[in-house]
Amino acid sequence: MSLLSPEWTGLLYLVAAVCFILALRGLSSPKTARRGNLIGAAGALLAVVTVFLSARIENIPAILISIAVGSAIAAPVSRRVEMTQMPQLVALFNGVGGGAAALVAMLELGNSGEPWAKVAVVFTMLVGAVSFSGSAVTVGKLQGLISSRPLVFPGLALVMGAIVLVALVAGGFVVATGAALWAVILLAIGLIAGALLVLPVGGADVPIVISLLNAFTGLAVAASGIVLGNLLLVVAGTLVGASGTILTRAMASAMGRGVSGILFGAFKGGSTAGSTTQSDRPVRTSNPEDVAVLLNYAQRVVIVPGYGLAVAQGQHTIAELATTLEARGVEVVFAIHPVAGRMPGHMNVLLAEANVPYESLREMAEVNPEFKNTDVALVVGANDVVNPAAKTSPGSPIYGMPILDVGEARQVVFLKRSMRPGFAGIENELLYDPKTSLLFGDAKDSLTKMLGAVNAL
Amino acid sequence: MDPVTLLTVVVLAVFVGFEVVSKVSSTLHTPLMSGANAIHGIILIGAITVAGQSLNPWLLTVALIAVVLATANLVGGFVVTDRMLKMFAPRKPAGADAKDAKK
Repeated sequence: MSLLSPEWTGLLYLVAAVCFILALRGLSSPKTARRGNLIGAAGALLAVVTVFLSARIENIPAILISIAVGSAIAAPVSRRVEMTQMPQLVALFNGVGGGAAALVAMLELGNSGEPWAKVAVVFTMLVGAVSFSGSAVTVGKLQGLISSRPLVFPGLALVMGAIVLVALVAGGFVVATGAALWAVILLAIGLIAGALLVLPVGGADVPIVISLLNAFTGLAVAASGIVLGNLLLVVAGTLVGASGTILTRAMASAMGRGVSGILFGAFKGGSTAGSTTQSDRPVRTSNPEDVAVLLNYAQRVVIVPGYGLAVAQGQHTIAELATTLEARGVEVVFAIHPVAGRMPGHMNVLLAEANVPYESLREMAEVNPEFKNTDVALVVGANDVVNPAAKTSPGSPIYGMPILDVGEARQVVFLKRSMRPGFAGIENELLYDPKTSLLFGDAKDSLTKMLGAVNAL
Repeated sequence: MDPVTLLTVVVLAVFVGFEVVSKVSSTLHTPLMSGANAIHGIILIGAITVAGQSLNPWLLTVALIAVVLATANLVGGFVVTDRMLKMFAPRKPAGADAKDAKK
């Protein structure tokens, strides 16, 4: 019936798995990354062709139409999406992948005989459903459809406990009876759990949640591979699960917090809820012309871009400003905090899009000792990642988070929309420092005026 | 497939995953997430397998939904990752290719 023997199928899947490993390995350097990704895509294509040849597949026309529909939806969106909206798209694709895994496992329930295979079905369904609804809520938060503030209600912890209990019971019944009704209940519970898990997470922690849900989907796919007895799914899913876990931990430590603190912080009222109180202490404000003069006659400028820059779509203007200053002999580098932007490494992508060569991007550890020799630190749309409270006030929610030491520069200029504190809702002492000046307004607007003023000098 | 073989594969894959990913520079963390995201879209082959065995029209419908979702994950993931990585292409003299990269 099938064109390929199980041996050949296994070998081709092995080739695909190696392609996936090479795809991830390619990302160790920007030079090899793109080729690596294409190798990964080739591996995926090989695997899809193999599955059609390896077993007796009915309904081929319907399947091909479905593939065409999926591609027709995803490809144009992926080509057109703004780089600032990348986190939403990644979360969206992650969610649908998790949903697909949950559905596959549910449909395979009838064919899985052994108890451990049924346990894998339950695991896949639960984790896949959590990933699906959790990602949906994440997309809502990033897109501004749902408030990015932590949503909590009294008794949330109790509800969560009850859900875990019901999930265990439903899972037990699925393993014991294999009944479709319990499987549907389990799926519904997974969906509710995913939403409740992400709703209480504050906006600043959403990037970590995307990464965590990515790992979840990976694990769900790996478990679905166990259900179907497909080693490629097991390997690919596990790779993603492992990579997502590493990234989540790296992100969490860049913010000086534990992963559990982010997920469950809101239950205890300790997430990044923050206050929005404004202080009326005096600050030194500036205007675009003065800042332009300051930058033009500096020898070394460090730009600290934050999410506010991306929101204002100012990355192209700042790139132009940097080029202009460099043409005048000013040394300009960008200092990138690990959590700048809305997902790990997001700022790097945004600046790469604006044609800033990645050689002029500096990581935190690299740039921090250099602030002493910096004339002007230009902070655009960032706040918490330069807040000295992370070092000086043990009671602060961000205490322990590694920060960029912009306070050591000779002059500091903040481009801010208002005096409102950042996501973490903590006052930034640096704003009141005598060597700090503030330029209020939309980041792109201010940058355009500064660029004009520099050109006029 | 017997459980011990599967477990062996899982454990080895965990180590490969940790090993490979810990070498990724933080500059490329977003493409990494997006690329890893694309890789788990390979659940498509699972969706095709179950769709290919479904004889009941209702179950087939559910399976086909899974195929659509998985395809969106797989295709979208690779396309968007490629788009991002294109922007990280090494450029020779600074600003020399600024014009054609604009498009």
